[in-house]
Amino acid sequence: MAERIAIVGVGQTHHKSKRPDVTTAEMIAESVERCLEDAGLQMKDVDHLVGGSFEVADGYHCPDKWIIPELGAVGKAGLELQNVGTTGGVLAVASFNIAATGLFDTVLCYSWQKMDEAAGAFGRGGGGANEYWTGQFPMSPITNFARRTYAYMDRSGCTEEHIAMVRVKQDQCALKNPYAQLRLGLTVEQVMSDVLLAWPIRRLHMCPTTAGAAAFIVCPEERAKKVTDKPVWVEDWFTCHQGGALTMAEDPTSSTLRHACEVVYKRQNIKNPVKEIQAWEVYEPASPAELRWMEEVGICEDYTAWKLFEQDKVGIDKEVPFNPSGGVTATNPIGATPVVRLVEAALQVRGDAGEHQIPGKIERALATGYGGQGENVIMLLRKTL
Amino acid sequence: MAGRVGVVAVAQTKFEEKKATEHTAELMYNVTREVMGQTGLEFKEDGTGIDATLAASYDLFSGPAGAYMFLGYVVGAYRREDERVLEDGSLAVYYGAMQILSGHVDTVLLVSYNKESSVGKNLIEWVGMDQIYQRRIGLDFVSAAGLQAMRYTTKYGITPEQCAKVVVKSHRNAANNPYAMCCDNITVEDVLRSTMLCDPIRVQEAKPTPVDGACAIILASEEKARKITDKPVWITGFGSCYDHHELGYRDLADCEALTTAAQRAYKMAGITNPLKTFDLAEISEQYAYQELLWSEGLGFCGKGEGGKLIDSGKTQMGGDLPINPSGGMLSGLPVCVAGMQRVAECVVQLRGEAGDRQVPGAKKAVAHGVDGPAGQLQCVITLEN
Repeated sequence: MAERIAIVGVGQTHHKSKRPDVTTAEMIAESVERCLEDAGLQMKDVDHLVGGSFEVADGYHCPDKWIIPELGAVGKAGLELQNVGTTGGVLAVASFNIAATGLFDTVLCYSWQKMDEAAGAFGRGGGGANEYWTGQFPMSPITNFARRTYAYMDRSGCTEEHIAMVRVKQDQCALKNPYAQLRLGLTVEQVMSDVLLAWPIRRLHMCPTTAGAAAFIVCPEERAKKVTDKPVWVEDWFTCHQGGALTMAEDPTSSTLRHACEVVYKRQNIKNPVKEIQAWEVYEPASPAELRWMEEVGICEDYTAWKLFEQDKVGIDKEVPFNPSGGVTATNPIGATPVVRLVEAALQVRGDAGEHQIPGKIERALATGYGGQGENVIMLLRKTL
Repeated sequence: MAGRVGVVAVAQTKFEEKKATEHTAELMYNVTREVMGQTGLEFKEDGTGIDATLAASYDLFSGPAGAYMFLGYVVGAYRREDERVLEDGSLAVYYGAMQILSGHVDTVLLVSYNKESSVGKNLIEWVGMDQIYQRRIGLDFVSAAGLQAMRYTTKYGITPEQCAKVVVKSHRNAANNPYAMCCDNITVEDVLRSTMLCDPIRVQEAKPTPVDGACAIILASEEKARKITDKPVWITGFGSCYDHHELGYRDLADCEALTTAAQRAYKMAGITNPLKTFDLAEISEQYAYQELLWSEGLGFCGKGEGGKLIDSGKTQMGGDLPINPSGGMLSGLPVCVAGMQRVAECVVQLRGEAGDRQVPGAKKAVAHGVDGPAGQLQCVITLEN
């Protein structure tokens, strides 16, 4: 990298299914204000903005144009990016790239989704689907993960009870996170008797529709050290898009996550990820996805992750601290979701996550964004340089 | 900041009113395959090919969310680094350059596509206005431009003839450009006799709509660029700036955001006298008055002197600073693609490959792109050979 960069401030809203009390811009401003306060900065200190949401799901065109003035950012440089499900990941990566050029001192990334104002599933179902090939299937995130999950169950021996245990673990984590949307106090029996959407996916397994926003500020090294005494260094980042090639995948359970992690681990000389990375915020659009993702990021062998749940080894204060925030099945403001992962990972590294803080020193944390039918963004954070 | 960024290949389609027989994916295929052919670069994971793709497109124009993903199918861009800018194509060049300057990637393939023929441009741009104040009163980008044209021409005494001259020049230049959509021997009288579109803008003074087409560019780090081509064109400066969205908050007769964006780009490139420095400018004028107003923002003349500038003949072919030798947007370009195509045209000129529209001995050029109502988001990119 040209410049080493660090996250100096983070902010997010309290995520809800509906936010009738605020407009989209006001909701974003909540997260941006919290982020600026966290960094001890003001909008006048920011010199570049990067923002976006999955705007088709919200039903507007070029929203950055009316949001920027409401954030008090007129006269600043900036742009909007959007990559469907990985939007937040791409926003983060773009902010990293811009800060790493050293041309800008303080880059603010803002992201959001306000799904109480639109039919989000409409936009989501069409993401990247070619109307001649994959677009011909009724392929929504629900059916996509139904297909992935039953293929996984078929190959691994994992049962419906195990995927319900995953959901309960996520809920237990979310109960400790005041920003999470769904905090339900679930039992395995409740999950297993919930409404069936597409076998084996039940309503509780699927990410909810959320109104929420998340923001962070990233600076080059010199500036970061001046702004905060708790910089969270961004060690590496990588986007990996396969291009909606659902029908071309050799293994229906897999995504590009394994490849993306391999690239980043190799670059950063990470040999044993489960030892060298102490916190994980990995984007699971449906609770059973967490099983396959745990295998793909290198925590355990293929088709064995469900055993970790059977042995009660996954949780905030357990052997594998996977998604301590409650993850995406608890909170999903689509365009902001990968940024929420990054914000949560940064809080873990700083030791500021509160009740859902993983005990012990967090030297490294890995956050991801997921989209479409296997797109991934990797964001690797570090406590020390 | 690590070295310079070079443009190593550019391609564009012929721009036409309706490309009914070409799918969006085919448009992308045609231009991306062409730049890949020009450079011999393929998508490789070992760092010897194209490292990343960056699209510029609007989802509401292309139909399926994330149509940029089709790149995965059509040019084998599988498991690539991938991002998409939801702004005018010039901002993709702006950010693509920063991706390389960050040291994160060495080669980026940019693509922008739009089939305006498949949607209603005005309807989408209406959805681009904020939903509380301006959308309710029916403002869209055309009516915003009408208000700006009225204010600009009234405040500075710009005459209808001066605006009409822009159209005449544009169409005359377009006759030399094989990619341009329209070219005819239109006269000032013809323009002034054409139907009123949005007072004081007449139909002939607006960009033809719809227009279909695509554009692609490959950017590379300095070291790679020298290896790939013996005619690299260097990006020497870039800048962007947001203005107010609420039209009542700005004096529409001036373009403060463009002035700021241009100053940012010129400062980076060490340019103090743009009129003398540049051999040509390719700017985004959706409406005739904009060429005059943007000329002021870009520093080619003083405030309110855009009319005098066109009268002086300096901006014609053979003048001191030919503006839009290609014919510009008034000769027919789709929104979004326009900004990237502006950069591509500058590159063709600086390589001395512009054929009949060549500005002899062109060494330095400036490209300009714009997004949002009445020029709210501006982007300026300076180039030299």
